[in-house]
Amino acid sequence: MSINWFKYSSPATFYPLAGKMVPFFGWLAAILMAGGLYWGFFETPDRLSDQKEYYRIIYIHVGAAWMSMWLYIVMAAWALAGLVFQTRLSFMIAKAIAPTGAIATFLALWTGAFWGKTSWGTWWDWDPRMTSELILLFLYMGYMALQSAIDDPRRADRAAALLALVGLVCVPIIFWSINCPDPNECAALHQTSNPGGGNMEPNILIAMLVTAFAFWMYSFAAILMRVRNIILERERHTTWVNELLEEKG
Amino acid sequence: MFKAFRCIVMRDLTLAMRRRTDVLTTLFFFIIVVSLFPLGAGTEKMILQKIAPGVAWVAALLASMLALERLFASDFADGTLEQLLLTPQPLFVLVLGKIFAHWLLTGLPLVLIAPLVGLQYYLPGDAVITMMLALLIGTPVLSLIGAIGAALTLGLRGGGILLSLLILPLYIPVMVYGAGVVSASAMGTDLQAYFSILSGFLILALVLSPIATAAALRISVE
Amino acid sequence: MSAISDFFHAGGYGFYIWASYGAAILLMAGEIAIIKQQYRTILKRLSRMARMNASEEDE
Repeated sequence: MSINWFKYSSPATFYPLAGKMVPFFGWLAAILMAGGLYWGFFETPDRLSDQKEYYRIIYIHVGAAWMSMWLYIVMAAWALAGLVFQTRLSFMIAKAIAPTGAIATFLALWTGAFWGKTSWGTWWDWDPRMTSELILLFLYMGYMALQSAIDDPRRADRAAALLALVGLVCVPIIFWSINCPDPNECAALHQTSNPGGGNMEPNILIAMLVTAFAFWMYSFAAILMRVRNIILERERHTTWVNELLEEKG
Repeated sequence: MFKAFRCIVMRDLTLAMRRRTDVLTTLFFFIIVVSLFPLGAGTEKMILQKIAPGVAWVAALLASMLALERLFASDFADGTLEQLLLTPQPLFVLVLGKIFAHWLLTGLPLVLIAPLVGLQYYLPGDAVITMMLALLIGTPVLSLIGAIGAALTLGLRGGGILLSLLILPLYIPVMVYGAGVVSASAMGTDLQAYFSILSGFLILALVLSPIATAAALRISVE
Repeated sequence: MSAISDFFHAGGYGFYIWASYGAAILLMAGEIAIIKQQYRTILKRLSRMARMNASEEDE
């Protein structure tokens, strides 16, 4: 049996496929989010001595933070795929991921600030994790700024893709340098900001994982919607877009 | 291959010597930024000694940023760059030559002027030597990383601002350890680890940056 | 009633929690709304362009 791996790598076939997938991921995200939050808010006993009610922020904070990092990796992977296989669609997906990733990063910082105010008593601290998220936001901003500064879409795609790859190489080094600014003491520097100090209430953990998964599904939905927009915009001179427009009237 | 490298370096140096103000502008920018901080933050000896490494490095980042815009711009404007892309020599060697010349003109002067910063900020002699060493290893990394950004933003409107947005976050590791080693030297701790890391960055950048820059140039000029 | 107000009060942390959730809802709903708005704009513009091209061909 031969599978045509590249069947959906053409924008014309991917566009309707993405259209079909959006409601699926959207509803999945909504259901998971509602279920996870219900579990986290009402089925979790408030019998935690060290975590007061503010632990409820965790359900959005962790999901957003995980997505912010994961989306950057996925974006760089699509950028690499685009540079290697010369597929337009890969670049479009990478471009569509960036704004969602930036929003997730901002959300992680925002909720982190409120979390910090409740648990550490300060809105901002130069904690390695928070600083890393801030730098990640800068990287997303740089990618989007470069992408939008170049008028020729072909050059914009490839230049931004290269930037994403350079960023991906630098990200571990940057995070590591923030984590241990003094190389002589690095081994002693362990992050202790784990919620609940490692002995997390299992109910909270389950709810948190469910909502994090919901964030993932939401990202799928938002990115696919944005890819559809980009495809329409880029392919406006092709016949299939014109046929599509005639169908819509 | 080495001949091509030397040819590019000599050419860029000759061109720069005909227009010396460009080099001096970068240097004076560095001196001015460094001199402004005490006026803003107060001239207390304790405070100045504490912020000196960070200030020197931030000023060095900005100064090298300022000069980067010109790295490929004039060659791009007069068509030399397209000729360079068409030569049979591997592009990354030519790019490395351009970056090296650029560092000689903008990075090396900063290293040589560093003792002045030491004077202004009451740094002890050991710390000044450490700072010069750190700048000597660190500023080539800045030029190497910056070249990628300069190639990506070639010929764009508002390229200079965009360039700093893209590149400054990537400078963080060099700054962290470059400034860290000076602080550590003032406190008298072991410096070996810092210099190993900085040299590691330099080697990594030497290997990866010319390739990435060459790819970026091909994307931008095509 | 007090159960509901207790829930929103959240032991004094209500402000922090609901500010976080508010931002999340605002950003995510806003993102989707902006994308949908873009979609409508693109469709409108493209169909206008298609009509323009068609009328040019007629002449």
